[in-house]
Amino acid sequence: MRLQYPSNINIIKLPCTGKIDLIHLLRSFEKGADGVYVVGCLEGACQFTSGNIRARKRVEQAQEILEKIGVGGERVQMFNLSSSEAPHFVQVAVEMTEKIRDMGPNPIKTAMQKAA
Amino acid sequence: MIVANKKPIEEIIDMVKGYRKLLILGCNECVTVCEAGGKKEVAVLASALRMYFMNEGTKIEIDEVTLERQCDHEYLEEIRNSMDQYDAVVSLACGVGVQFMAEKYFGSPIYPGVNTCFMGVTEERGVWSERCQGCGQCILDRTAGICPISRCAKRLLNGPCGGSTKGKCEISKDLDCAWQIIIDRLKELDRLDDYEEIAPIKDWSTERAGGPRKVVREDVRQ
Ligand code: SF4
Ligand code: SF4
Repeated sequence: MRLQYPSNINIIKLPCTGKIDLIHLLRSFEKGADGVYVVGCLEGACQFTSGNIRARKRVEQAQEILEKIGVGGERVQMFNLSSSEAPHFVQVAVEMTEKIRDMGPNPIKTAMQKAA
Repeated sequence: MIVANKKPIEEIIDMVKGYRKLLILGCNECVTVCEAGGKKEVAVLASALRMYFMNEGTKIEIDEVTLERQCDHEYLEEIRNSMDQYDAVVSLACGVGVQFMAEKYFGSPIYPGVNTCFMGVTEERGVWSERCQGCGQCILDRTAGICPISRCAKRLLNGPCGGSTKGKCEISKDLDCAWQIIIDRLKELDRLDDYEEIAPIKDWSTERAGGPRKVVREDVRQ
């Protein structure tokens, strides 16, 4: 299909979203990411039975922490789609990019630049 | 194991604001298993605090260390040479570890990063429940291995009370009546006759009623 998605997105490939830990999500923001979203398989379709369910819980934990520390919980999101849904993948990428643009840059990045 | 729960991040932020160099100190034992104070939780807390203070425009340095245990001298000694550089320590060990740290490093502020809850088991990942209150005079031999001190809401020694309904405790329909389980197990063990024996009044002096406790074993003492 060769569909285009926003070029600002940096894809990190993992064997399963269950590999993601809370610390990976937090570190991305500590290093200045403006937003992070996890794309997992459809719920009920995980090869490892519950990798995507665990990932969702970790995303929710990250949201709670980021909200409390003033970074913004909305900056991290989870989406479920199957590998055959390329147009949906693009739609999610566009949606997420727009959402983060609306929110503005990660305040940690701005604070780091100020401190440097 | 000792079961603990994470403290809300805002409570920890409140404790440590004003310090410039912090140590977040985890423990590799019980609190690692109950996912409240092990290496992973140390990393998460440190990262969250770093971001919070960076966002506030406060310069703070945070180190992360996880010791094998915080309730034994030898492990706490491992950080002796680096303790001078920290303004404060947040210990993610149970209350025992936090206190042993405070006793050992008398001049350093030590803060608790978890709420220590009870001695219990992992029913399933994410669900822990109480099994023992360390009464100092174990009666599990008489109660078919089920502890009425920690599991009966009224700590009855000759239960059940009149509130036991369909196997559930009167304080909550989600809580099994300890005495129902005791009776079920006595039945299973073909020991129901034991149930007819009235338990004598318990000596509570070995529990907290007798004040802070200590075990001294001359046979192993050095
Ligand atoms: S009887 Fe006492 S020592 Fe035994 S399990 Fe219950 S509280 Fe613990
Ligand atoms: S219902 Fe059972 S567990 Fe609850 S207080 Fe009565 S005897 Fe104890």
